[in-house]
Amino acid sequence: MAEANLYGGLIGGLLIGLAATLLLLVNGRIAGISGILAGLITAKFTTDWFWRAAFVIGLVCGAALYGWFRGAIPLQQQASNSLLLFAGLLVGFGTRLGSGCTSGHGVCGLARRSPRSLAATATFIACGILTVFLMRHVF
Amino acid sequence: MLPALSSLALGILFGLGLSISEMTDPARVIGFLDIAGRWDPTLICVMGGALAVTLPLFPWIQKRQQTILGEPLQLPSQTRIDGRLIVGAAIFGVGWGLAGLCPGPALANLATASPAIALFVLAMIAGQRLALRFAS
Repeated sequence: MAEANLYGGLIGGLLIGLAATLLLLVNGRIAGISGILAGLITAKFTTDWFWRAAFVIGLVCGAALYGWFRGAIPLQQQASNSLLLFAGLLVGFGTRLGSGCTSGHGVCGLARRSPRSLAATATFIACGILTVFLMRHVF
Repeated sequence: MLPALSSLALGILFGLGLSISEMTDPARVIGFLDIAGRWDPTLICVMGGALAVTLPLFPWIQKRQQTILGEPLQLPSQTRIDGRLIVGAAIFGVGWGLAGLCPGPALANLATASPAIALFVLAMIAGQRLALRFAS
C-alpha cells in the first residue's frame, strides 16, 4: 500500500459530510447508502424511488468524474471473485438486518447522537478488524 | 423533480468525496482494518472530516424539524439496541473485512466497469433482498 492519503482523506471526508448534511437539509433524508439502495430495490417508480435512483447515479458519476480528471480510479481488488460474492451477500444481508452501513450509522447516525449507531459502528469496525486479522495473519 | 435533482447533485458530491479520499479503493479500507500489518490511518481522516461537518450541523437541522422546502425530516425512529442491530452490524463487518468494500464505495466503483465490482454489487443486492424477505 502507498503512503497514507491524509489530505485527500480529510478533503474527501469533508465533501462526504457536506453531501450528507445537505441531503438532510434539502431532501430531509439520511445519507445511508445501504438504506438508499434497499428502498431502490423495493419501491418502484414512485417519488421515493426517483431521489434514491438519482443519488446512486450521482455516486457513480462522482467517481467517474474523479477518474476522468485523474486518469484512473484506484481499485486494488483484495479478494478472489468467489470471496467477493460471499462478502457481497454478507454486506447486503448485514446492512439490512442492522439497518445501516458506514455512511448511515457511521457518518449520519453518530451526528444524530444515536446510541444505536454508536453500537453498530463499534461492532462493524471491530468485526472488520477481526476478519482482516484472521485473513492476513492467521490463515 | 427538485428532490431528484438535489439528490443527483449530492450523490455526485458524495461520490467525489469517496474517490478523492480513495475510500473506493479496497486496499485503503483493508489497510485501515489491518492493525497488525502496515496500518493505514486514511479512513480516520475521512470519518473525521465527515463528522467535522455532520456533528455540528445535524443537531441544527434536527432542531429546525423541516427541510429548506418546508417538508418534514424523515429520520429513523428505532432507539433500542437489540440483537438484530448487533448481529447485522457484525455480519456486515465480516463482509467489509473480507472485501474492503461497503455499500457506498461498491456502488461508486461501478464507474470503473470492473466485473468484480458488478459481481459484488449484485451479491449485495441479493443479500439485501434475503434480509428483507426473511428477517423483517
